[in-house]
Order: sequence, then structure tokens, then C-alpha cells
Amino acid sequence: MGNKHTVFTHEQLEAYQDCTFFTRKEIMRLYYRYQDLAPQLVPLDYTSCPDVKVPYELIGTMPELKDNPFRQRIAQVFSEDGDGHMTLDNFLDMFSVMSEMAPRDLKAYYAFKIYDFNNDDYICAWDLEQTVTKLTRGELNAEEVSLVCEKVLDEADGDHDGRLSLEDFQNMILRAPDFLSTFHIRI
Amino acid sequence: MAQPPVFVLSVPETPDDPEGSQEPSPYDESEVHDSFYQLIQEQSRWAAEEGLELQQREPGPGALGALGDDHQALLGPEGVPVHSMATLRILASMPSRTIGRSRGAILSQLYNRTVRLRRRAARRPQLRDVGRSARPSLRLYDLELDPLVLEEEEKRVLLVKELQGLTVAQRDHVLRGMPLSLAEKRCLREESRTPRGKRRARQGGRGLPSCCSQLQDSCVLALHNLGLVLLSGLQALKPWRYALKRIGGQFGSSVLSYFLFLKTLLAFNALLLLPLLAFIVGVQAAFPPAPPASVPAFTGLELLTGGGRFAHTVLYYGYYSNATLSQPCASPPDGGQCPPEAGGLPYNMPLAYLFTVGVAFFITCITLVYSMSRSFGESYRVGSTSGVHAISVFCSWDYKVTQKWASRLQHDNIRTQLKELLAVWQLRRGPRSMCWRLRRVAVLGLVWLLCLGITLGCTVAVYSFSELMIKSPGSTEREGALLALPLVVCLLNLGAPYLYRGLAALERHDSPVLEVYVAICRNLILKMVTLGILCYHWLGRRVGTLRDQCWENFVGQELYRLMVMDFLFTLLDTLFGELVWRLISERTLKRRGKPEFDIAGNVLELIYGQTLTWLGVLFSPLLPAMQIIKLLLLFYVKKTSLMANCQAPRRPWKASHMSTVFISLLCFPSFLGAAIFLCYAVWQVKPSSICGPFRTLDTMYEAGKVWVRHLERAGPRVSWLPWIHRYLLENTFPIYLVSALLLAVIYLNIQVVKGQRKVICLLKEQISNEGEDKIFLINKLQSVYERKERSRPLPDPGTSLPSLYPGRPGRSS
Repeated sequence: MGNKHTVFTHEQLEAYQDCTFFTRKEIMRLYYRYQDLAPQLVPLDYTSCPDVKVPYELIGTMPELKDNPFRQRIAQVFSEDGDGHMTLDNFLDMFSVMSEMAPRDLKAYYAFKIYDFNNDDYICAWDLEQTVTKLTRGELNAEEVSLVCEKVLDEADGDHDGRLSLEDFQNMILRAPDFLSTFHIRI
Repeated sequence: MAQPPVFVLSVPETPDDPEGSQEPSPYDESEVHDSFYQLIQEQSRWAAEEGLELQQREPGPGALGALGDDHQALLGPEGVPVHSMATLRILASMPSRTIGRSRGAILSQLYNRTVRLRRRAARRPQLRDVGRSARPSLRLYDLELDPLVLEEEEKRVLLVKELQGLTVAQRDHVLRGMPLSLAEKRCLREESRTPRGKRRARQGGRGLPSCCSQLQDSCVLALHNLGLVLLSGLQALKPWRYALKRIGGQFGSSVLSYFLFLKTLLAFNALLLLPLLAFIVGVQAAFPPAPPASVPAFTGLELLTGGGRFAHTVLYYGYYSNATLSQPCASPPDGGQCPPEAGGLPYNMPLAYLFTVGVAFFITCITLVYSMSRSFGESYRVGSTSGVHAISVFCSWDYKVTQKWASRLQHDNIRTQLKELLAVWQLRRGPRSMCWRLRRVAVLGLVWLLCLGITLGCTVAVYSFSELMIKSPGSTEREGALLALPLVVCLLNLGAPYLYRGLAALERHDSPVLEVYVAICRNLILKMVTLGILCYHWLGRRVGTLRDQCWENFVGQELYRLMVMDFLFTLLDTLFGELVWRLISERTLKRRGKPEFDIAGNVLELIYGQTLTWLGVLFSPLLPAMQIIKLLLLFYVKKTSLMANCQAPRRPWKASHMSTVFISLLCFPSFLGAAIFLCYAVWQVKPSSICGPFRTLDTMYEAGKVWVRHLERAGPRVSWLPWIHRYLLENTFPIYLVSALLLAVIYLNIQVVKGQRKVICLLKEQISNEGEDKIFLINKLQSVYERKERSRPLPDPGTSLPSLYPGRPGRSS
């Protein structure tokens, strides 16, 4: 176990501190959480910026993500190649955006990307069906799911093109006061 | 570093997890990355077949303009709009579709944002609202940049240049809020920092100006680091971080809001206690008055009754002196005179008492109103009642939940919520019969009448018991008998809510949230009416009967007793309501479900306790300290009981609405009532003549008047203060004027909000019109390209380009 003087250089820690919402102590805590996921894979010395990716299967076993139905999408959105395997930068980025200090717009942007399952920059009806199915663990029947999706599109689609763009999503999020408190992972 | 060994990961999939089969594998590149891949595949597949549908739908040159709904005419077999390759290429480079994929688009949008910021920062240095949407809209584009299609690299350079122009704090703020990956942010940060070093080196020969800018830079950096250190220190001070995380993880945001409210109350009490400790309790403890003739011995009962030995301590009003305190001048042994320095600063105790209590209440009022308005602003928005389905789908999954059974509960809750929403929607379609409606109104009316009857009964019981206590002789002498009234009040407060809950089962509301709010309302009415009766009992009746004794001490002790009894009964309720109920339901009734954590009831208990503290501050300045101890103990007791015995409530709760409701309830009935009580006690009631700081005055407020008169006589230099007092405070005209002005401002604000609502409706209409325009233009574009395709000479079949119209060999240009 290295202490913070050997894991990161001073400049690296400063950079992390300036670019995320975390303080030095929290960054070190997150580093040790990352390291615990794959002790043989993650080096104890990050001063040379090693290119190490922890595979998605290990990320998905974290207690904060293990029971989240969207964990795969979260990992895909924040990983570099969209495949769910995360470097330390991706890991810090993910928890920084999901922390309570991130502003609403930033969270809304990433939430939109998470719920956009086919990555076409629109939340279409198929994306909505996937979301609702995951939320209810498949316990609503197909008719109910499509009814819910229809009502969601009715309510949120501002320009009536049959799908939600990022602007529609953000306008809807502005009306939801709970969004900041639910789209938040404590680490 | 050791080489990472090759190992095979076998992470077992949970057996009852149906998701594993439904999700696309992350290795399925074609599905994940190429969004138009599907459409293009469809196109080329369809192009290989006979394009018979096109012949049917091929409109004449004028027909497109004549058709009302153009988009309907061009739907493919699956209902997906079908476009030519050229149209698809244009669509793919539309700004709205490139925002997520093209970093160039993000960078240019961020560059525009920082340009706007810098222009605004010239007038207003603080960074506020940084733009609402990440979609670049035409308005935001700088006109001289727009006509050129800039490469991604150029946009990046521009953005870096802009970041250099901001101050360090602004730059960090902008960096953190950027929707880019962390590696890119670090690169941007590096690039925007290094030229400053170069700049410094280049200016090194110039001398003084570079010194100044260096100093400025290092000052800013030092402040920045100090701010970070303070922030990390504050976060370390934040108590109970891990406990709150566990509670949120197991029970969700709604139960967490109770504990966060408890923390807020702790902060309010600490804020109230500090001035009291500094200006009243501390000073009087340093200059104790002469001890009375007989001081009773300490028995254990004082902890419950607050009387006896405690009556002659700083705890109560009666201990405080009514004179000006100063350093006692011990006469020197040789009989000389006291040196003038030994007199020290005279401290006018009555004035200090009055002002400190007033200022502490004023600070609490301001803080309460500020936090209430902030919470209100965050949770209620214009037009927030619509969009329930969208909000349930996107904002109801609580990402904090970490336990498997808790997340299963969340799934159930969301499913129930969606089903209820669908049921309400379906129900609304069916008309309600008149008979059914009358029956509902009758049942509701009956239940409300019964509840109000129970409240009235409790009120009459408390009133008659208090009268009995006054009339029965010797009740004030026996310490144990004093506990009777608090006992009765607490029993009624404990029992009546259960009756209300029983009656509410008859009502059967449609919406579970409404049920909870109705329950809160009823409990609140009961508690406030009971407290009102007690206040009348103290200030109206007890003052009269205790005319030659220290009635303020008595009121302070009554409040102390009420607080202690309330705490004991809360412990009892936790024990019996949760622990024993869980044991009974598990063993006897054989039900697996644990009791639910009653958020509404517990929060009302907290508000009630806080009201008691505020009522008693004037008569017992250390009451907030007791409340702090009580809240600390309550946190641990409730947390332990919650973890061991309870489950999260089944009905979905909106956490942010709830904290707003809690703070509003704390402000309006609770604090307002305490403030009215305080004002009445200060202005109208004659203080007792044998104890306390106001013993020679007619009302407590007179201490202030005496001081103002003293100032008037002191000299012309401070004449403005008595002038203010006479013409602004005692005169009623300025107060009327200020109230009228405030009312006018409130009315104007309401009109502004109404106007904004209208503007929002108009803008929504405009957005939907723009959407229709967009679809129309896309279809027009499609038709233009189709015509061009048709008029072009056909390529020979050897080329690899898939043609849209392979089935028409006879056509030629």
C-alpha cells in the first residue's frame, strides 16, 4: 500500500482536484477503491500514467453499482471505448459526475447518454421501453410498457418528432426537483 | 511493476436476474456504435429488392406541396422515415445529432460559452448560471466564426485560449462542469496553464509590472489552496457521513430526509445557543448573584422536574440579576480607594438579556426563511405538475440504494407507482357517478368531523386538567405532582395519532401522497392547539396565581418538564411502536413484514420538540443546549431502531418536496407561534417583582425604553438613536408604510410569474412548430434529392454504389 506521495505526483493530484469535484483525500480513497477491484491489475504507482483498464465485470461487482439496473450503461457511457472497461480517469469521472456537487446540467447530460441505449443521441421509443423494462424488472406487460412510453413521449417531446432530444430531456429534468437527489451515488 | 497475469474471470451471474439475456453485449460493436448503421443496412437491403413501394408513393411535382402531412407520405414499411443517402448524410451532420458524437461540436459550444462568460465577467466577476442546454443553438454562435466550418483542433485551440482568459476559480468551475472525459479536461487544463509560465518568463525583464502580476497570481493560487483546505476540513467535520450513507443505501432518500432534517435542527439550535451562551449565560456565570437563604439539596427528581436545586442556577430566568454588572471592587486592605481600573466595563444585564434573545430569534427567523425559500425554489417549478410519467421513469430510480433487498423494494415501488399512474389515467377516462361522489364527500366529511372532535376532546381534557392543577391546593409544592400535566399532554399526543390512523383507513384516498399530507395536517392541528392551550394557561392563568412568586421560573420549569417527558415518550414509542411490534408480528401473527418507519409522525415529533425549545428560550436560556443533547441521543436511538426493526415505507415519497414541507412547517406554525408567544410575553405581561432581570419594570420591553431615555439624557451626540426609536419604532405610520410597500412588491412578483408562465406556453408552442418545420424541410430535401437521382443517368451495374431505383431500367436522363 503506497501513501499518497508515491501513488500520484503532486501535479497529478492537483489536476485531479481541479478537474473533478473531489478533494485530495477523496481522490486517494477512490484510488484505493479502484485498486481493490483488481489488485493484481492496478499498479500502486501512477506517476508514469500506466494504461490500465479494469474490466467491466469487476466494475459491476462494486457494492454501489451491483444492484443498479443501469450499471452496464453507466460503465459504457463513462468508459473510453464504450465497452465498459474503465481506466482510473474514467472511474474518477464517473463518481465525480454522480457526486452531489455536480451541477444539474452536467448530470442531465450524462443521464441522457445513459438512457440512450442505442447511442443515436436521441431517446427513442425503443430506448424508453428498455428503460422501463429495466426499472420494473420485466414485471409490467408489453401493453403497459408501451402505454407508459407513449405517455412519456407525450409529456416530454417538445418538437413532436417522436423521440426525446437532449434539449427535451433537459427541459423535463428542470421540472423534476428530485433528479439531483436520486441521480447521486455516495462513495 | 509485475506483468498483469492472464486470468479468466468467472463472475457468477445472479440466477434470478433476467437482464443478462436481454442486454446487448458490450462487444457488439455494430449495435453500440453506428447509429445509422441500421438505417443504411435497411436501405441497401431494400435497394436490392424491387422498390415497389416507391412507385406507389411517388408524388407528382405539385403533389408534395398540396399534401398536408408530408411526413406521412414517406414512411417505410416499418414506419421509420426512409431517406436517400444524400439526405442521410446531411441529417448526420445536423448540430443536434452531432453533439454527442463530435467533440468538435462540444468544444465549439464550450468556447462560445466561455466567450460569453468573459464578456459577462467584465461586468460581474462571479460565475453563475452557465447556460442551460448542451445543444448548440444558432443564437449562441459568434457570427464571425460561424460561416467557417472549423476543424476540431482549431476549436480546441480557441477554447484553450478562452480558458486562459478566465481567472483560476472560474477556469476550474468551467472545467468541472464540462461534459468531456477526465483525460481531455486534464489536457485542456495543462494547455491553459503553461503559456502563463511562458508569459511570465517573457516579461521577466520588465521588472515591476511582472512582479505585480506574479504576486497577484500567487495570491490567487494561495487563496484557492486555502479554500480547498477549508473545504476538505469542513467535509471531515461533517458528522455521520458513513451512517447517512448506510441509511440512504438501505432505506432510500425518503427515510434519509428525516435524518437530514434532524441535522438541520441541530444546526439551528447551535445557532440559537451561541449568542445566548456568549452574552447571557457566560456573563452571569462569571458574576454570580448572592445565594438565597435556603438552597434545597440535590435529589434525583430534579432531572425530571427541573425544579428544586436547578431553580437557583443559570438554567432559569430567575437567576439573572437586574442590575448593571461590573467587576467587584474589593476594598484594598489599607483602606484606600478603589482604583478606577478595577471598575471594569459595566454590563447592563436586563438590556443584554432582552437584546440577545431578540437578536437570536431574529437570526433564527432570517435563516429559516432563507432556507425555506431556497428549498422551495429548488423543488417547485413553474409547470411542475405535468410530466409525471416522464419524471417517474427518469428520476425515480434512487442511485444511492446499495442493498439487494432495498433495490428489489425500489423496483416494486416503481412498478406500483407506474401501475397507479396508469390506473389513474384509465380511471379518469371513466365518468364518476353523482351518487358515488356524494358518498365520497359524506365519508370524508364524517372522518374529518370525527378527527376534529377528537382534537376538541383532547383540548378540553388538557384545559380542564390545567384548571384542576391550578385549583388543587399544594400542587406547586409537591415536586412529583408537577409532572402530572406534562404526562397527560404527552399521553394525548401519543394516543391521538393512532386514532387518526384508524379513522384514515375509512377514507381510502386515491393518491397515497395526499393521505400522508392529510395525516400530517391533523397531527399538526392537535399539537398546535394543545400548545396554544398551554400557553394561555401559563401566561393567562399562572401569572395571576403566582403573583408573589417567580412565575417565569415556573414556566421555564414547565417547559423543561415537557421536553423531558416528550423525550421519554418518544423513546417509549420507538420501543413499543417498532421493536415490540416487530417481535409480535414475527412470532404471533407470522407476518414477515417489518413495521414501516413512520416518517410523518417522527418529523412532527421533531417539530414539536423544537417549538417547545423556542417557547422556552426566554425563560430558560440553556434550553437549546438540552435540545441539542436530546437530538444527538435521538439520532442514535432512531438509527439503531431503524436498522434493527423497520423497513422503508411502501408508498413512494418525493424527497425534495418533503424537505420543503418540513422546513415550511417548522417556519409557519412552529416558529411563528413561538415568536408570537415571545412578543406577547415581552410586551404585555408584567414580570414578577422578586426575581429575574426585569423585576422592577412594568413590562420586559421597558428595559429598552429605559435605556433610550438614559441615552437621551446622556447628550446630543447619540441623539439619533432616541430619534429613531421615537419616530420609527414607536410611531405606527412607518410600519404601515413598510407593510404596504412589501405587499406591493409581492403583488408585482406574482404578476411577473404569471407572465413568465404565459411566455413558457408560447415558447412550447413555438418549439413544436419548429419541429414540424424541420420535418417538412427534411421531406422537401428528400424530394429534391429524389428528383436529382431520377434525372441522373443510371450507373452501370458494375459499380459498387447501391442505387435507390434498381427496378427501373427503362428510365434515362
